[in-house]
Amino acid sequence: MTSSLSHRSGAQARAPWLTLQRRDAIEGWLFVSPTLLGFLIFFLGPLIAIFIYAMSDWNFLSGEATFVGLTNFEDALLENPDFWHVLRNSAVFALGLVPLNVALALFLAVALSRPFRGVIIFRTIFFAPVITSAIAWAIVWKFMLQGEGGPINQMLALIGITGPNWLREPNWAMAAVIVTRVIKMVGLNMILYIAALQAIPRDYDEAAGLEGASRWQIFRLITWPLLGPTTLVIVVLTTIGSFKVFDHIYQMTGGGPENGTLVLAFYIYQQGFQFFDIGYASALAIIMFVIVTILTLIQVSLRRKDDA
Amino acid sequence: MTRASWNRLAWTLALLLLAVPFVFPFLWMVSAGFKSVTEIFGAPNLIPRVWRYENFVEVFTYQPFARQYFNSLYIAGVVTILTLLISSLAGYALARIRFVGAGLLMLLLVTALMMPDEVTIIPNFFLIRWLGLVDTHWPLILLPVFGAQGVVATFLMRQYFLSLPKELEEAAKMDGLSRFGIWWKIAIPMSRPALAAVAIITFLNSWNLFLEPLIFLSSLEKFTLPLALSNFNDSYGLPLWNLQLAATTLTVIPVLIIYLIAQRQIVESFALSGVKG
Repeated sequence: MTSSLSHRSGAQARAPWLTLQRRDAIEGWLFVSPTLLGFLIFFLGPLIAIFIYAMSDWNFLSGEATFVGLTNFEDALLENPDFWHVLRNSAVFALGLVPLNVALALFLAVALSRPFRGVIIFRTIFFAPVITSAIAWAIVWKFMLQGEGGPINQMLALIGITGPNWLREPNWAMAAVIVTRVIKMVGLNMILYIAALQAIPRDYDEAAGLEGASRWQIFRLITWPLLGPTTLVIVVLTTIGSFKVFDHIYQMTGGGPENGTLVLAFYIYQQGFQFFDIGYASALAIIMFVIVTILTLIQVSLRRKDDA
Repeated sequence: MTRASWNRLAWTLALLLLAVPFVFPFLWMVSAGFKSVTEIFGAPNLIPRVWRYENFVEVFTYQPFARQYFNSLYIAGVVTILTLLISSLAGYALARIRFVGAGLLMLLLVTALMMPDEVTIIPNFFLIRWLGLVDTHWPLILLPVFGAQGVVATFLMRQYFLSLPKELEEAAKMDGLSRFGIWWKIAIPMSRPALAAVAIITFLNSWNLFLEPLIFLSSLEKFTLPLALSNFNDSYGLPLWNLQLAATTLTVIPVLIIYLIAQRQIVESFALSGVKG
């Protein structure tokens, strides 16, 4: 194809139209075209659409949409107390989940980064919930955390403790969804930490050990600072993950009790697909978009610094 | 015992204690799946007094569970194959071909990288409805392939292609192989590890997908497994625990078995996508 084309343009004594650069451009765009097309249709288009939807009063059931400007945002930010309640829940969820997850992941990684008999078994166990479906995990925990007759409370009763009705009391429910989510996802951060730990040259510890440093001192003064970049990435990724949580909440509490576990992702679903308030739900989606974009940019810039 | 071995014992005990909430749910899931409703709420015992195998039969009569199982399998298969194809094409171009707009395209794709499906699900619902594809499996295939998951796969493939030596591809070019030929015959066979990672993560993501089935599907025989699992309720909407847990067992245990066999490969795939994605 190339030779015949260049031959023809050569005959016309002009620079060939299909230069190497042009051919690269055509091939490049051809290769990315399926991805690009799908991206435009199912991501960028919808992303633009939520900005338009958000400026309309549009109840899906009643049909007609009317332009209302920024009313939906005013509604969310100023008038509807639910919104701040939901944002507070999302913040509590993130602030509870992220430190617990990262600390536990680090502890497990330190314990499991060096070979010993049984290390693979432990790693396998701590990672197993990661590959389990969120719905399955939530079903089992909802069962175990039932107020009356749930295995957890039955076992607590054996040692004389009357357990609360975990998922029916707002504060306990929030604690329960956080802890069960941490157990489900901590394995992922654990393996990221293990990879980072194994990349640290052993000589550092050995040299410090020879100088008489204790294991805790080695960890605090050498390992922990070296893990800094990994920790930053893990914290941001886990925070983003905490904003995405939907199926876990849907199955365990349905956002209840008394909206005690109603987080942003669930609130968008509820407003859009249960109450059919498309305009308001789209305004919420934009707020989520802004939050996640900021976190993603932080994450990408951390990576850049890391690579350099 | 020496101090070092006491130390080791303390760590092992701590790990064993920590492992309880990771293992216990699986054990209890299987155990309750074999119990009758009355026994489930009796005194706590891990081994059922009466093994009620009927639960595992009723799972299939309560709703078309075999059909739902098949749906999940074939959808995850289709999503995985499409994602592998499309992401390796785009990833290859972004790694190896210099073309105008590549930088801008990467920047655009990054916005989708971490975005939760909830952000775009409302317009996507209207789009799918307009296309007449509500209550079909199409949205469960199209949205993941072209959404955040597809972008993660693209970046993963790009990163891997960048790490490959160029010489082989350049030699093939000299021999007159087309760009498509180089991609298919040289680059793809060399990127087995990355393709395996993408395949594993994509398959699991699709297998566990919940929001899209919840929003788009209404006929029982079109449900996928997570949606089917959340649907084992009585007429008051209360869970039929023994059936629900039996069904959950049937969906979780095969995945766990595959995980035990291919443990290293699966864990590495997640590490790769976590670091690179």
